[in-house]
Amino acid sequence: MTDPLSLLPELVMALAAVGALLLGSWTPRERQGRVRLLVVAALLAALAAALAAAAAPPSGSGGYTVDTVTHAVRVTVIAGTLATVLLAADSPASHPRASEFHVLSLLAALGTVALAGADDLLVLAAAYLLASIPLYALVGFAKDGTGTEAALKVYLLGALAGILLLTGTALLLGAGGTTGYAGLADALPGAPRALVGTGAVAVLAGLLFKAGGVPVHFWVPDVAQGAPAPVAAFVTTVPKVGALAALYRLADGVLPGSAPDWAVLFAILAAASMTLGNLAAFLQTDARRLLGYSTVSQAGYLLMAAAAGGAELARPGLLFYLGAYAAANLGAFAVVCALGTRTLEDHRGLFRDRPWLALSLVVCLLGFVGTPPTAVFVGKLILFAAALEAGLGWLMVVAAVNTLASLFYYLRWVLPLFSSPEEAGARQRGAAPWSTGVAVAAAAVSLGAGIAAGPVLALL
Amino acid sequence: MLSVVVFLPLLTGLALLALPRPRDTVVAWTWVGAAALDLVLVLGLWAAYPSAVRAPGVGGSGPAYEERLLWIPSVGASYHVGADGISLPLMAMTSVLFLACAVYSLHQRRRARAHAVLFLFLQTVSLGVFSALDLLLFFVFFDLSIVGMYFVIAGWGHGRPARSALQFFLYTFLGSLALLLGFIGLYAASDPRTFDMVELAEQTPLAGGGAAAGLVLLAVGTGLAVKTPTVPFHTWLPPAHTDAPAAGSAILAGVLLKMGTYGFVRIAMPVLPGAWREYAMVAVVVGVVSVLYGALVALAQTDFKRMVAYTSVNHMGYVLLGLGAAGLATRQQADAASLAVTGAVTQMVSHGLLTGALFLLAGVLRARGDSYDMGSYGGLAAGAPRFAALAAVAAFGSLGLPGLSGFIAEFQIFAGSLGAVPVPTALALLGVLVTAALLLRALQRLFLGGPGPLTPRVGDLSLRETAAIAPLLALSVLIGLTPRFLLDLIAPAADAVAALVSG
Repeated sequence: MTDPLSLLPELVMALAAVGALLLGSWTPRERQGRVRLLVVAALLAALAAALAAAAAPPSGSGGYTVDTVTHAVRVTVIAGTLATVLLAADSPASHPRASEFHVLSLLAALGTVALAGADDLLVLAAAYLLASIPLYALVGFAKDGTGTEAALKVYLLGALAGILLLTGTALLLGAGGTTGYAGLADALPGAPRALVGTGAVAVLAGLLFKAGGVPVHFWVPDVAQGAPAPVAAFVTTVPKVGALAALYRLADGVLPGSAPDWAVLFAILAAASMTLGNLAAFLQTDARRLLGYSTVSQAGYLLMAAAAGGAELARPGLLFYLGAYAAANLGAFAVVCALGTRTLEDHRGLFRDRPWLALSLVVCLLGFVGTPPTAVFVGKLILFAAALEAGLGWLMVVAAVNTLASLFYYLRWVLPLFSSPEEAGARQRGAAPWSTGVAVAAAAVSLGAGIAAGPVLALL
Repeated sequence: MLSVVVFLPLLTGLALLALPRPRDTVVAWTWVGAAALDLVLVLGLWAAYPSAVRAPGVGGSGPAYEERLLWIPSVGASYHVGADGISLPLMAMTSVLFLACAVYSLHQRRRARAHAVLFLFLQTVSLGVFSALDLLLFFVFFDLSIVGMYFVIAGWGHGRPARSALQFFLYTFLGSLALLLGFIGLYAASDPRTFDMVELAEQTPLAGGGAAAGLVLLAVGTGLAVKTPTVPFHTWLPPAHTDAPAAGSAILAGVLLKMGTYGFVRIAMPVLPGAWREYAMVAVVVGVVSVLYGALVALAQTDFKRMVAYTSVNHMGYVLLGLGAAGLATRQQADAASLAVTGAVTQMVSHGLLTGALFLLAGVLRARGDSYDMGSYGGLAAGAPRFAALAAVAAFGSLGLPGLSGFIAEFQIFAGSLGAVPVPTALALLGVLVTAALLLRALQRLFLGGPGPLTPRVGDLSLRETAAIAPLLALSVLIGLTPRFLLDLIAPAADAVAALVSG
């Protein structure tokens, strides 16, 4: 590594995790607020460092690349983690393990960034573990029934996917004689096809688990529904960003030379994710479970970038969409956090009671559909164009049909917001200022990034 | 300047939102003021248009008041607006209709502020569609119009508004997605890649024809046909109209439907002239089927508002017939082709005014008697002479009586189409006959004869209602008697479009 400063954001996050753990241990239980302050300050510093680092030319050695993808993922992940920390700030401050929550979030975020930056399978495997293990603890954080069930599910599936990832790494090492992406890209075309195929599929399985894509998506709805709301927001948003960037890296740099049909595999995975996620979301009555399935379908749209790996627009489209997706998803979860609601019906008459929250939710949900001028619209548009450019016109049509289908269940949530409240539902009466703020900010980012898409895309 | 016109309503709406608890009258009059100011500005643009057209190209019909700002440079999309002889009349019609709705809604008491803000939002969106010169910008406004109308129907509708609104959203969103796919297809075929309509019209991508051109035209055409709507994509229209509030219906039929037909003239024909020529017969057939089917189904209705909704399908069919005929015209028939296109654009303006008036009148009927059922009324002319008079003018205009705008439009469409497609034109003429029959029958059922059970509840129009509806009909008469001021604006632009697709 030529310049250790180019890894400053990662260093800040790692040090902040350690610092928060130490500070939390030496702080009385009722004054854990200072840990949160430290974490917020560290995340802001990391964000500043990430933005500053983005100005530097791309660099990389020793299995870790710092390029546009890494920069964009860093900014998205750090901002998403910051939003999560703020979402959690509304829950009673005297939670006995508040500092652990922050430490685990920071470590998972660090692992996610590392996933995106890795250009060596071993680094990727280490990043996978770092991004996964804290999540198991986070999901079961509340120690309640649903949380424990979700934690067990995500743990078992995650362990399986991790082993597959390591197996795949070993197979590809055997096939290519190296674990570095650049070396693999050269060596794999000459290696036995069965070996390369098996190894690559195993690696993809591990990453698909993190991305929450079909066929390893079963944990997503359970986590979204069962975990504490801020954790659900974090787990369905942040790790996905790194995993999809890693998938894109593999699809763009490593796999294309080895066999001609990788694009088709990615396209089928994308189509399956968006379709199954949508179908499962149709009749959900629980808001968070619906969001969980919606993230599965969003992962499908995002996988279009991997399918269209070679296309010029794939990378900017993916990175823009990732940011847009993170904003919309965090915004929708923030509304749920602020209200403490469970079912869609609980949101009846929200527009009258809390107009700003309702409007934010509408912006985020219609954003998911890709209604202009939200950011997801621009992301979707660019990925559609990239798919067409890569000769995957059918995938574009499938994605469009799915977009239409998804409208149905998002509208099932939007409609009650504007109907008159017959009985005061199960909504918390508390103000929840931080969650409300995050929701409004996320909606504003979603709209603003869509309108100012030009300058943002120019950076990607 | 054009951007000011487009965004003035939205800014007013945001200002209304920012006010802390404004009184309903303040909201209502601010809305009327903004709509009136916007209309004045559009008329100013119209008046200055001849001098604003830059270096006249073919027929001197280039867009004026152009503004261009890069939006997403990596895909060649920009905020590009402009106005020409096709868009200006529609923008003026839009402003007039929104002003009428503002006046009509002066007594809105149910969530008045949200109502006003939504309509102001819809006005910006509609003006945006008619001034957009970039496919992506067009799509943004096109799509947002669906969102806005969804909330109008869901929030202020009657009957089963939630269900109708959902159906409306899903169905028209399907259309807009097809449109988006077509736009992406155009983008992928262009070189250098762009979403700009003016550049695309110069490049005419896919000019070689083939499957790609056909597919793109199919996607764009389907998207626009859903919005227009033509048979067989019209099934969302009747429930949406039946359950929408009066002002919402007027905007939906008067303005939003025009986005579909406008898209044909603005995008499908200039950008894909070759494919349009090749498949023009499809447009003609769809147009004629819409004319006849819309008229016959309207004939069978007993619900006044549903009947008016079906006549919209019929009237939009004429537009498609004219546009299709222009594509089939030979080089010798270039004059006829431009006559047909002029007629089609005139029909859009005329239908906006007349149908807007009819839907507002239907709203009056419902406000009084709580029903649209024509059988429940009768002999209204005795107690409500002004109501009867305005309804009669609107109906006569709609059936194409000379002296009103509908005649000018339909006459031009028929005269322009007869040479190129004589048999379909003759069939479409039958549609006029059916329309005349059904509108006259509706007038007779409502206003003549003995009183029905609900007749006593129907008093005459209030000043507010008259002030909203009468100007629309006055404009229709004005166009019917002195059409030159409108035709002189449309004709050069229509000539240019017709020259692209004929021969």
